[in-house]
Amino acid sequence: MSTIILDFEKPIVELERKISELREHAATTGVNLEPEIKKLEEKLQKLIVKTYSNLTRWQRVQLARHPDRPYTLDYVKRICSQFMEVHGDRHFADDKAIVAGLATIDDQKVILIGHQKGRKTKENLERNFGMPHPEGYRKALRVMKLAEKFKRPVVAFIDTPGAFPGIGAEERGQAEAIAKNLFEMAKLRTPIIVIIIGEGASGGALGIGVGDRLLLLENTWYSVISPEGCASILYHDATKAPLAAEAMKVTARDLEELHIADEIIPEPPGGAHRDPDQMAAVVKERLLFHLHELQQIPIDVLIEQRIAKYAAMGSWEE
Amino acid sequence: MVDWFQRTKKGLLSSEKKVIPDGLWIKCPSCNEYLYKRELDKNLGICTHCRYHFRISCDTYINILLNVFEEFNAHLKSNDPLKFKASKKYADQLKQTMAKTGANEAVKTVKGKLGDHSVVLAVMDFNFIGGSMGSVVGEKIARAIDLAHEQHLPLIIISQSGGARMMEGILSLMQMAKTSAKLAQFHDDGGLYISVLTDPTTGGTTASYAMLGDLILAEPGALIGFAGPRVIKQTIGHELPEGFQRAEFLLEKGFIDVIVERSELKTTLIKILDFFKNE
Ligand SMILES: [Zn+2]
Repeated sequence: MSTIILDFEKPIVELERKISELREHAATTGVNLEPEIKKLEEKLQKLIVKTYSNLTRWQRVQLARHPDRPYTLDYVKRICSQFMEVHGDRHFADDKAIVAGLATIDDQKVILIGHQKGRKTKENLERNFGMPHPEGYRKALRVMKLAEKFKRPVVAFIDTPGAFPGIGAEERGQAEAIAKNLFEMAKLRTPIIVIIIGEGASGGALGIGVGDRLLLLENTWYSVISPEGCASILYHDATKAPLAAEAMKVTARDLEELHIADEIIPEPPGGAHRDPDQMAAVVKERLLFHLHELQQIPIDVLIEQRIAKYAAMGSWEE
Repeated sequence: MVDWFQRTKKGLLSSEKKVIPDGLWIKCPSCNEYLYKRELDKNLGICTHCRYHFRISCDTYINILLNVFEEFNAHLKSNDPLKFKASKKYADQLKQTMAKTGANEAVKTVKGKLGDHSVVLAVMDFNFIGGSMGSVVGEKIARAIDLAHEQHLPLIIISQSGGARMMEGILSLMQMAKTSAKLAQFHDDGGLYISVLTDPTTGGTTASYAMLGDLILAEPGALIGFAGPRVIKQTIGHELPEGFQRAEFLLEKGFIDVIVERSELKTTLIKILDFFKNE
């Protein structure tokens, strides 16, 4: 169960606690409280539906960043029968903010890459909070080239607050590394499925995020800059991030309306963190569905469709 | 689809004033010498004392480089897809910027003659919302790549941009993928693309087409990077090293081919075009 509770989750958690107290009371005293418990459970279901169908964009951003939310390796553990992690960009280092490996999902062998955040302070530092350096993008490209060579599809899990803004990152060509990946992924001769599982911030997300399908979990965000970054530029005040999230239309549903998303994957009631097993089962099913579909398409047609898809993105007046 | 516009050289020169501040004398921010404005203009915005490169307009670049040219897709305009409103309305900002610059967007795309070479040239315009890339900039760049591709012409892009445009959210981000995908196709068919980086080239522009040139040139002293220096300073909590993210720094780190003074840009480009031209 969740240890961190967001403001809008509080009434739900409160009610859940009450129900379990009643249960305990009934068990220890032998008093029949079933009718009351049933009533509260109905109330709980209604409350959950009401709360989560009316979330603001900012609340969805908070869910996308929930510290208990499943990360890439949490999905790997649940959906892959085999996974062998591989390391390093062969030039500079192994960036732990991006994981990569040889993965088997049912009968499908895929190259899996993904941003990886840490759970505790030590792991978070090791993972750099899921903010990659250039070597992370170069590692991802290296294994994607391997996927192309041996005709294995690529599955990319996106979950990053952004590419790291630091001295080393700039010295080693953060911009070049991301640009190169966009260029190479656009024409990589194997199917690519991109799935946003949490945060999709800017070029840091897109750097491993060009593909044939873009799937987004329901409570995720993906935009050109973080709401805080946008707020600090436009309002000179990062605390106005909720307003920026509204203005930039950053949620999965927004991306569907803007014809960027190919599919929105519903989350369990209350969000992915409240039932990671169920979430992973759904993710697995949707990945397999799209993998099978994409593998029917001849590779030249697939690349043509991929480039045409990106060529059509945007909105303007002729 | 391509809509050709003929612009005269006379009309181009007048907009230059918007970049170099008005008044007869201008103080050089690098050496603090006072420069006579007309001299500075004649010298392509380069300080005669210290060679500091003032920012110049996109029209001036076109003017410096091309003998004759025709602009295309000048009519493309943003339709404010998000109905974006923060401290001000994006729609108003667009209107005001169009009135101020006389342009519809932050890039001009032209086909013309650079010496003897027919080329497709795209020049970004920092005066138009910081040269930011939204849907229209991405689309115009994509169409410029397509035109170069179809007509087997070399492509030159001069970048001058703070990055992707926030006011079009995810659509701006996707322009990075769009332009890079187009360049990938162009590249595979043997197209020549020269990227020229001027001050500043940062964010999503750097992390897409600006860094994808077969050759990458930069003006001296130009700020070039992914993250802006302010953000980096905030993140790491101390001052940045001298010359960090300047063209000379990128040259040293191996990310650009050559630094070219603006006065040498035309001859350098012609040399490259001559070299790669198939007889
Ligand atoms: Zn000077």
